[in-house]
Amino acid sequence: MKKFMNSADDFLKESLQGFGAAHQDIVSCYYDPNFITRATPTKEGKVSLISGGGSGHEPMHGGLVGYGMLDAACPGFVFSSPTPDQMLAAAEKVDSGAGVLFIVKNYSGDVMNFQMAAEMMQGPNESVLTNDDVAVEDSSFTTGRRGVAATVVVEKIVGSLAEHGGSLQECKALGDKVNKNSGSMGVAFSSCTVPAAGKPNFDIGDDEMEFGVGIHGEPGRRRDKVKSAQEITNELLDAINEDLKPDANEEILLFVNGMGGTPLTELYLIYDNAKNMLDKKNIKISRSLVGNYCTSLEMQGASITLTKLDEELLKHWDSNVHTAAMRWGM
Amino acid sequence: MSVDFLIETAKKIQVVINDNSSEIEKLDQEIGDGDHIFNVQRGIKLVIELEPTIKDLIMSKALNQIAMKVLSGIGGSSGALFGTLFMTMAKGNSIDEGIDYKKAIEIFAEGVEAVKQRGKADVGEKTMMDVLIPVSNCLKKGVEDDKDLKEILKEAVEVAEKGMFSTKDLLATKGRASFLGERARGHIDPGARSSQLMIKTVCESVINS
Repeated sequence: MKKFMNSADDFLKESLQGFGAAHQDIVSCYYDPNFITRATPTKEGKVSLISGGGSGHEPMHGGLVGYGMLDAACPGFVFSSPTPDQMLAAAEKVDSGAGVLFIVKNYSGDVMNFQMAAEMMQGPNESVLTNDDVAVEDSSFTTGRRGVAATVVVEKIVGSLAEHGGSLQECKALGDKVNKNSGSMGVAFSSCTVPAAGKPNFDIGDDEMEFGVGIHGEPGRRRDKVKSAQEITNELLDAINEDLKPDANEEILLFVNGMGGTPLTELYLIYDNAKNMLDKKNIKISRSLVGNYCTSLEMQGASITLTKLDEELLKHWDSNVHTAAMRWGM
Repeated sequence: MSVDFLIETAKKIQVVINDNSSEIEKLDQEIGDGDHIFNVQRGIKLVIELEPTIKDLIMSKALNQIAMKVLSGIGGSSGALFGTLFMTMAKGNSIDEGIDYKKAIEIFAEGVEAVKQRGKADVGEKTMMDVLIPVSNCLKKGVEDDKDLKEILKEAVEVAEKGMFSTKDLLATKGRASFLGERARGHIDPGARSSQLMIKTVCESVINS
């Protein structure tokens, strides 16, 4: 294992310290329990958005704390869910009395820990569970579809509504809507190494790819031989389209997300290939996002997310945002 | 059952888990994400480190401290599930007035039921519940049938082992292994293995006492 680290024990703490120091105009970091808030207190009457998950997916979620998005994020250990004490401490810090909306990715550990926090919490709270990963069949035979990159889209759009005075129930409803309007699927060329484990999460041959991979390298649909970018992109989009069923001329957000180890050069190539295919199907790309937002440590790989946009979603996507990882309009 | 017993048993569990750590890690790498063993080891270490804080506490408070420590210190599913187990045991009826083996079995069974609710997993889903639920049922039945304690515990050790091995041929329907579909078959669930080892250690330490 080669990583920039001093010791596995200090890995997360040092990374959080660096993040907090580098972006002190935007965020404040707290330790034991670990959580990140905006540098400025929550506006009176504004619903607070709190998300969190295992570390190793940066910039999600700490990099999405700031004006127009999250009020707080709770980072767990690498690839391990955060715990209720973190969520409760974060909620106490940022709740202005208008309630807390938890945004949770559908992974067993995250779901259970956020559920316990919600049970222990005194004030009004709701949760949005994201499950945009179309690689996993949503049936009684699985934990259900995983929450992956569309979580970023949910946080952007609901963050805007909360900023503009949306109530707790309205924020929850919009979050559920964005999630339902989104579909994602990813592919990995390489594994990734959790610092504490010291060796790769899974083995994969030089000529192989994991098709439908989750954001911890957990398997999806199948192991396959690596194909051309256009073929991979087509297969990802076919799977998403089959699930989302966008109408011809429907406006969508095309989000090409890197898993951490794939250069932007390749992500833009994927964008080009995706555009080719969507153009053929008369699906209108209204908005775009390309970059590393929901990563899996140093994994080589990418995912595509499509979100169907109506007027309401477009408005909240375009509104001002100022976080460490996303900034526009201000 | 005393607070001392809890701490002494945690120390025995630490030895057994450490002795089997590479096996558990390997099982988890086959069908999970490889961090289960670190979570379990961290949790046990944190419980043992609580000794000076809890050794003079009444049982409900000691169990509650263990619950909060496990919950916040482990994280992930293991933290929530083990935290739920201890938190529920801490709420056991009149436990501060002393715990005989019947009481211990009663609160353990209540804890297992709460874990089942939390994780929404039952027997047959390739999780640690394939060990905990049969063990809990076996213990309760033993008390109902008025069997000798050592007999009950010996049976529980066997039931735990059987439950652990049963996960091998199961399809996972809960947790990360569920994403593997058919690929999970043929692998023992790491959570079932670690909980089987813990059950075995607890039971044997009572049998040999």
